[in-house]
Amino acid sequence: MNHLDPRRLRALACVAAFLVGVFWLIPVLIAVTGLWNFYFTLTSVALLSVASAGVWLTFYIGRINIGQGAFALIGAYVSAILVTKAGVSFWVSLPLAGLFASLVAIVIGLPILRLRGVYFAMITLVLTEVVRLAALALPITNGAKGIVSIPLPGELSVLGITLIPDFSTIQNTKLAFYHAACVLMVLCYASLYRIVNSRLGHLCRSMQQNEELAESVGVNVAYLRVIVFAISSFFGGLGGAMFGAIAQSVYPSSFVVKDSIDFMLNCFLGGLGYVFGPMLGTLVLYFGWDLLFELGQYQLLVFSGILILLILVLPNGLLSIRIDMIRKLWR
Amino acid sequence: MEQVMANGVYLGSQYAMIALGLTLIFALMNVLNFAHGQMYVIGGFVTYTFYGQFGLPFVLALLMSCVTLAILGALIEKFLFGPVIRRSSREESTMLLAAGLAFLLDAMILLVFGEKQRGVPKIVDGVLNWDFRIIMPYDRILICFLAMVSIAAFIAFMQFSKTGRALRALAQDRDAAQLMGVNVNRYSMIGFALGAMLAGLVGGLLVTITGVNLGMGGPTSIKAFMMVMIGGAGVISGAILGGFILGMLEAVGLAVLSQYGDITYLVIFVALMIFLAIRPQGLMGKPWG
Repeated sequence: MNHLDPRRLRALACVAAFLVGVFWLIPVLIAVTGLWNFYFTLTSVALLSVASAGVWLTFYIGRINIGQGAFALIGAYVSAILVTKAGVSFWVSLPLAGLFASLVAIVIGLPILRLRGVYFAMITLVLTEVVRLAALALPITNGAKGIVSIPLPGELSVLGITLIPDFSTIQNTKLAFYHAACVLMVLCYASLYRIVNSRLGHLCRSMQQNEELAESVGVNVAYLRVIVFAISSFFGGLGGAMFGAIAQSVYPSSFVVKDSIDFMLNCFLGGLGYVFGPMLGTLVLYFGWDLLFELGQYQLLVFSGILILLILVLPNGLLSIRIDMIRKLWR
Repeated sequence: MEQVMANGVYLGSQYAMIALGLTLIFALMNVLNFAHGQMYVIGGFVTYTFYGQFGLPFVLALLMSCVTLAILGALIEKFLFGPVIRRSSREESTMLLAAGLAFLLDAMILLVFGEKQRGVPKIVDGVLNWDFRIIMPYDRILICFLAMVSIAAFIAFMQFSKTGRALRALAQDRDAAQLMGVNVNRYSMIGFALGAMLAGLVGGLLVTITGVNLGMGGPTSIKAFMMVMIGGAGVISGAILGGFILGMLEAVGLAVLSQYGDITYLVIFVALMIFLAIRPQGLMGKPWG
């Protein structure tokens, strides 16, 4: 009887508290304090953490992925082109953007997933640059001028029932985007949690530890790593597409190498051993950067200094603090 | 055609030097040094300060670049990479550290040298004009020559000096080197300092031609990664080969593809991905070495 397990109950309580906090407490707090700009920050955090979730998943099969910016950019462009040129509803283009990113990931992943360690990291880093240059060169992406004035997401209705109202008729667009981004984040992390605790997750862990050994006992390594990379890029495409919709514009410089590195740092900072690590990492990194804005020209210095200190003190990420503290108490 | 070849050799000689430093650090410590481009930029700024601002002789300024970067590299290894490598079991944490370090060095460059593009006066005037088939300023030829001399000196140092032998042993097998009496910690530091010094040297050489600015660090690192991937990571001959190949490709690409717009690097990237699909370890690299 699983549902009586106290650990499971506690986990459920945590999830419920998180959902209440995200969908009720934060909007109320923002309404009370009047800090409307926080919506934009939190929406960005939610979307970046979706993309970071993808990076985390590739870490889970033992690959260092610094190419998520490429897939976020692909997603953003696919959605923008579908909405502006083909007149497709944004809500239809969102999954299509993810799927297209996955498709690209499968085509590229088949050869490059044979690489490992630093080699894979380098080639994915290069990939980010390839996609940026391709966006500059291709005619459909409109070059350096980018795609601008993308209309706000329209209505989504099934059988005459309006599921999502037209964003241009909503008075508080920021709140609407915040809700949409958070729903996306919750869905992504729920599916990530499900993947990790499924048969696929077990197989991924076996690959993370020793790929040859996993292969020798009959795990179809070549197939699995492409699937995982495709899922990871799906998340990247979703996050990027939503980002483009909020900014209402996409440029080749929307996602660059710096963003790819940030996605990787988010995962590290939160902790690679924890499903919700990338979410926490994104929050801390993004807010940390914003809070240090007051320091002006010293912002980057202090930020990177703290980052390096964190790596020296907490090599396993922020979520490992708890375990460390317990260990110290035992001594 | 001769012009394209000459441009290729000129680009290749400087690229090879950048790749050498990166591959040395990678071979010794298994660290992908994201901050390599930033080290190159610091080298450029140091030479700019001493040669362009204080009016010291160019060679002395170059020497200052080397010394500064060597000290910086040694400190970074001693206090950052060394401890992290010793304590952490996964190779990812050094990568994270390198990325953090790239940010830190960027911040330091911004504070110390500012964000403006800086240039220095030419070291020699005049242009070589060989029957209008090769046209190249003398200072470029001089820099190309100096870069090749430095590469030759580096190879000789690695081949024939005691330090070089220890470093090669370290790159081959860390444990075996330690068992043979190589002071691993000390030589790791020396190796890192040497790699950083090469970055600083090439930065100092190139400031006379392209100038230097804060934004050059990241793109330089990416180019260096590409060269290392072409040649094979952690192999000295591979880095040199990769550097010259990339230089040639860039020169040919700029000459041939310019009518289609700015797509040289796009084509090179795509070609690189196809190449790596066929030969993942690069030209000279050992499989999963």
